[in-house]
Amino acid sequence: MDSEVTPVHAEITLLVNGTEHRLRVDTRASLLDTLREDLGLTGSKKGCDHGQCGACTVLLDGRRANACLALAVAHDGAEVVTVEGLARDGRLSALQEAFIEQDGFQCGYCTPGQLCSATAVLDEAERGWPSAVTEDLRGDPVLDDDEIRERMSGNLCRCGAYTGIVKAVGEAARKTQAEEAKA
Amino acid sequence: MRPFAYERAATADDALRLHEDGAYYLGGGTNLVDLMRLGVEEPARLVDVSRLPYGEIELRPDGSLLIGAAVGNSDLAADRTVRESQPMLAQAVLAGASGQIRNLATVGGNLLQRTRCSYFQDADKPCNKRDPGSGCPARDGDNHNLAILGHSEACVATHPSDMAVALAALDASVHVRGRGGERTIPIGDLHRLPGNDPQRDTVLESGDLITAVEVPPLDIPSRYRKVRERASFAFALVSIAAALDVEGGTVRDVRIALGGVAHKPWRARRAEEALRGAPAIGEEFQRAAEAELDLAEPLRDNAYKVPLARNLIVRTLTELGEQS
Repeated sequence: MDSEVTPVHAEITLLVNGTEHRLRVDTRASLLDTLREDLGLTGSKKGCDHGQCGACTVLLDGRRANACLALAVAHDGAEVVTVEGLARDGRLSALQEAFIEQDGFQCGYCTPGQLCSATAVLDEAERGWPSAVTEDLRGDPVLDDDEIRERMSGNLCRCGAYTGIVKAVGEAARKTQAEEAKA
Repeated sequence: MRPFAYERAATADDALRLHEDGAYYLGGGTNLVDLMRLGVEEPARLVDVSRLPYGEIELRPDGSLLIGAAVGNSDLAADRTVRESQPMLAQAVLAGASGQIRNLATVGGNLLQRTRCSYFQDADKPCNKRDPGSGCPARDGDNHNLAILGHSEACVATHPSDMAVALAALDASVHVRGRGGERTIPIGDLHRLPGNDPQRDTVLESGDLITAVEVPPLDIPSRYRKVRERASFAFALVSIAAALDVEGGTVRDVRIALGGVAHKPWRARRAEEALRGAPAIGEEFQRAAEAELDLAEPLRDNAYKVPLARNLIVRTLTELGEQS
């Protein structure tokens, strides 16, 4: 490490789980470190810090992203939702409930990333986004188990709770669709 | 990570002005930020170009697509027009990375991502691409996933992009804004073979900014297929972007580009030439694939890529022939 070098700082604003924060960050700071170290939101986890494991997944301007690969300074003005922001008024989301029902975790370390990622998977499917296993790119994909596995491939679980995770995401997708059909 | 200055460009002129020696353009950052963390890249300044007004996909009257360089990979793959008119391009983008990474990654950045050769990514190892003249341990080291075509004494790295392979088959071109004005580079000329200066991945000069990718229309059956070590979220061992037009049992037009085999997306011109006007049958596909792969010079641990590439060509063309 070169001891002569001086850190560069920048002022940014982030809207995190509905609360606005003015922050002074080192330009080198990842969004993940900013959330964990500056804002004390330690739900988002640092697994690999290289975008390979997905434990740091958050919703960045409504889309899932690896917070470890995002420089905080580059996302000035962004709206961020972390696992701490998924529950509403003290009530877990349908997806969080499904993870409990279907045994979608063991040690829990990857779970915040799995939950944020799966929240976005439901939204992406709703918007008709295809995946690598979608046969007909012209049509709207249906979230079957193969689709869920492919779409969740950016989230590793070293305990191997994948079977429960796939079931949980499938259950949440069906519940969401059923609620929409009612409405 | 070395400290760096951060500037956000509001216009392309701004970006060019802010770009100086030691500066890098920042798109989604999914590769660059990682390389900075690894100590492989040490920019003194980042010029963020992700908010430049290059975020649109335009279908032009002639049927070509103009894709802005700042378009997200997810947006490109989800775009209904792209899915309708160039499904192979959407397939290729969806074959790359993960949902999270595709949300951050941009079209321009996808083209300019660096090799995932493990020696390049390890700042403690020699690497001619990272540190010219330091040597290439991959030649006699862990090269199972490296190049079989077009490599040199100096470098056996592969280009990691899936999207670029589809663009190569589609005869796309890249719009570039540089200090000397604007120019258009055919995608096949953007990336280089390593030769004696593998530190240069592309023909771009310092300060050059990719602003868009132009994809001419191609209305024949096409497909992107990727073979990797796990079912998803891994770089290609070998991939193929292929299109085939058959009329009366004869090949009228064919496009074949391979990924994971060379320092650039490998357009299989020899195979294409062998096939044009030939009967669209398995034996001909096999002969064409072999003509191309006669050029291969596998390394100690990657000779498996030769039959893999051959089978991928034959199988994909056979399937496309059935649709044609």
